[in-house]
Amino acid sequence: MRRILLGGAGLLGFVAVWHLVPTLGLVGPEYLPYPAEVFAWLAQELRDLAFWRRLRLTMTSWAIGLAMATLAAVVLGTAVGTVPFLRRATHTTVEFLRPVPSVALIPLAVLMFGLQMRAALFIIVYAAFWQVFVQVIYGVADIDTVARDTARSFGLTRRERLRYLVLPTALPYLMTGLRLAAAVALILAVTAEMVIGNPGLGRSIELSRSAGDAVGVYGLVVVTGLLGLLVNAMFRFVERRSLAWHQSVRSEEAR
Amino acid sequence: MPDSSPLLRVEHLRKVYSAAQGDIEAVGDLSFTMNRGELVCIVGPSGCGKTTLLKCVAGLLRPTSGLVEMDGSPVTGPSPAMAVVFQEYGRSLYPWLTVRGNVELPLRHKKLSRAVRDRIVADALEAVGLPQAARNHPWQLSGGMQQRVAIARAIAYQPEVLIMDEPFAAVDAQTRADLEDLVRTLHRTRGISTVFVTHDIDESVYLGQRVLILSNSPTRVREDLAIDLPAERDQLTTRALPRFTELRTHIYEHIRRARQGPAAAPQSTP
Amino acid sequence: MTAARRSPATRIAVNAAFALGLPVLIVVLWGLWSARSANRFLVGPLAVLDAFRRTWIGPAFADDVLPSLSRLALGLLASIVLGVAAGVVIGRLRRLRELLEPLLEFFRAIPPPVLIPVVMLLLGITGTTKVVIIVSGAIWPILLNTIDGVRSTDSVMTETADSFRIPRWQRLWSVVLPAASPRIMTGVRQAMSVALILMVISEMFASSSGLGYRIAYFQRNYLVAEMWSGILLLGLIGVALAVVFGLVERRVLRWYHGMREATHA
Repeated sequence: MRRILLGGAGLLGFVAVWHLVPTLGLVGPEYLPYPAEVFAWLAQELRDLAFWRRLRLTMTSWAIGLAMATLAAVVLGTAVGTVPFLRRATHTTVEFLRPVPSVALIPLAVLMFGLQMRAALFIIVYAAFWQVFVQVIYGVADIDTVARDTARSFGLTRRERLRYLVLPTALPYLMTGLRLAAAVALILAVTAEMVIGNPGLGRSIELSRSAGDAVGVYGLVVVTGLLGLLVNAMFRFVERRSLAWHQSVRSEEAR
Repeated sequence: MPDSSPLLRVEHLRKVYSAAQGDIEAVGDLSFTMNRGELVCIVGPSGCGKTTLLKCVAGLLRPTSGLVEMDGSPVTGPSPAMAVVFQEYGRSLYPWLTVRGNVELPLRHKKLSRAVRDRIVADALEAVGLPQAARNHPWQLSGGMQQRVAIARAIAYQPEVLIMDEPFAAVDAQTRADLEDLVRTLHRTRGISTVFVTHDIDESVYLGQRVLILSNSPTRVREDLAIDLPAERDQLTTRALPRFTELRTHIYEHIRRARQGPAAAPQSTP
Repeated sequence: MTAARRSPATRIAVNAAFALGLPVLIVVLWGLWSARSANRFLVGPLAVLDAFRRTWIGPAFADDVLPSLSRLALGLLASIVLGVAAGVVIGRLRRLRELLEPLLEFFRAIPPPVLIPVVMLLLGITGTTKVVIIVSGAIWPILLNTIDGVRSTDSVMTETADSFRIPRWQRLWSVVLPAASPRIMTGVRQAMSVALILMVISEMFASSSGLGYRIAYFQRNYLVAEMWSGILLLGLIGVALAVVFGLVERRVLRWYHGMREATHA
């Protein structure tokens, strides 16, 4: 209880300090608008259909990108994870491609797909893919050898093994990967819109910035922050549910 | 002849924890004294607040009421004259330091010259039988060896009182026998007054010159038993003595009664 | 042939084959496809290598690459110093931590590139702006992981330090920080990827020099081979950073890895 109170106090204190800075003239209000202005702008935007459309566009790229990345990662990850030959053969390639910052591929995406959502999707999928892929491989590798031998000795078919052995073991890893990928996908969805210019929240931020609309910029920062919190909370919830019955201990830092 | 003025005095020690469901009286009314150079063991039923008692004596916890006095002055915090050996050696020794680093760490703020410090550390490691392990890390050693390192660290601190909180509970029986003998040897050769808490009754009789038997919660001293076994003890012969069996049976009965009923007033020795 | 009966030479050859097989295959396929394809965005590997040599090995290295990398390094360093220092303070003081918790969670949830316009508004487009941009994103994983590591110091460890009356500063340096270092290193790793992203994006926006700027410039002017070479360079930098970090981490956390192995054995 005290934690909630203190936390709330912290937030209020922050807003108070925020208000003081332009008031005292430390930074001009055209560069750091008053919190009241920003919240007023937010209230107004939330009533504007155009805002919701842009939000929907951003979340659409996010969702499609995340889904495509997850599908590819589950298929490839399971394949690579279960077949030792593939794992060894792809190791160096994976370790080279993984650290490549997704944003470095933006110019390539633009050349290939133009200034459209497809270019953004390319970036989102590339970044989100690795998060899930690595976790799936970990998950598949974590299968208890005793359980696997038991399954084999009972003559379970490959399909049954997949369903009763591989899937339950790998599921928590997959959920962790999903959570990480969801966060990354959101970041890249917004970033791609900022740089490439396909319609969405990111593009609005960039437009506000180049128009000198500080209130808009800060307002959108608040929106994306809240969005990030929401996405993270949602996936943490899902992850915890899937962990409720699974007591494996695994590190989420897969690098 | 040991100095007869009490080194450690505990009077009416009481410790109450406030928990969500109400207050928990971990230690009720505990009094005892320890003279210089003694080896006192403390036994009691599980959960009777032995650890709480130790932490109050060591200055790690503030008692709710009562007095802890060390060499005449009250104990308000950890004292440079006291060193503690904890039960969980795995968490008490710092894994990023070597054995030498661990033993040396408490000495670093004592303003000693490098040469003196090195000598103390080498001497301590020698005393516990681990001179060759100085450059290892604790996790590279077995459980028994790790606890030796913890003991070395404590005696390197050169305390007047050594406090040991069930130090051998997490160690296998064979290693425990060796470690018990180590404690006895250290006590004999260095004359460090020692307070040794254990739940193992045999261990308390084997080691101690006195055994304090604690009651159930709220804890008080049920009996202060003098162990009149010979000073020279040995795992095989001492434990086979009839007197050993008498003493341990006596303590065992006390503890069993303590587990069943409320605390009785302290009785005289048998 | 079982593994035990292979000679060392054969084993090395097999490992090399696994390591290089797929990459070589990809490059060969890439070369064949680009030679036959009319797609002007698909430039062959040889052309890319040639452009790489022409573009980056020369004055561009000093003009663009070095400044970018030094900004990255500076930004990371500042993030580490500030993040760890603040993290230690906040981690130790429970009230302060509870006060700041929601605030910090919020800031960490903001997608880092979104802060670029904010920093640009507050600081304009100066030399330090790009470094501040990197810090504004990279500090959060370090700060939050440090807080986490510091507050969860094992109670037995602190009690031991208490019992031996280890003074406060020494306790911080010899106990708290080493105990938290695995968590902190996790934060540094995350910070590195954020820093790299911010370096690239901030240069695409707010700059007339630097790697990000150059690559965007190539793309706008349809200098495809040069653009690919820039991407390749960024990839190499990303890999190099990961490798360097891996080496540093293994050295700093040698005790941690040793301990984990010993307890799992």
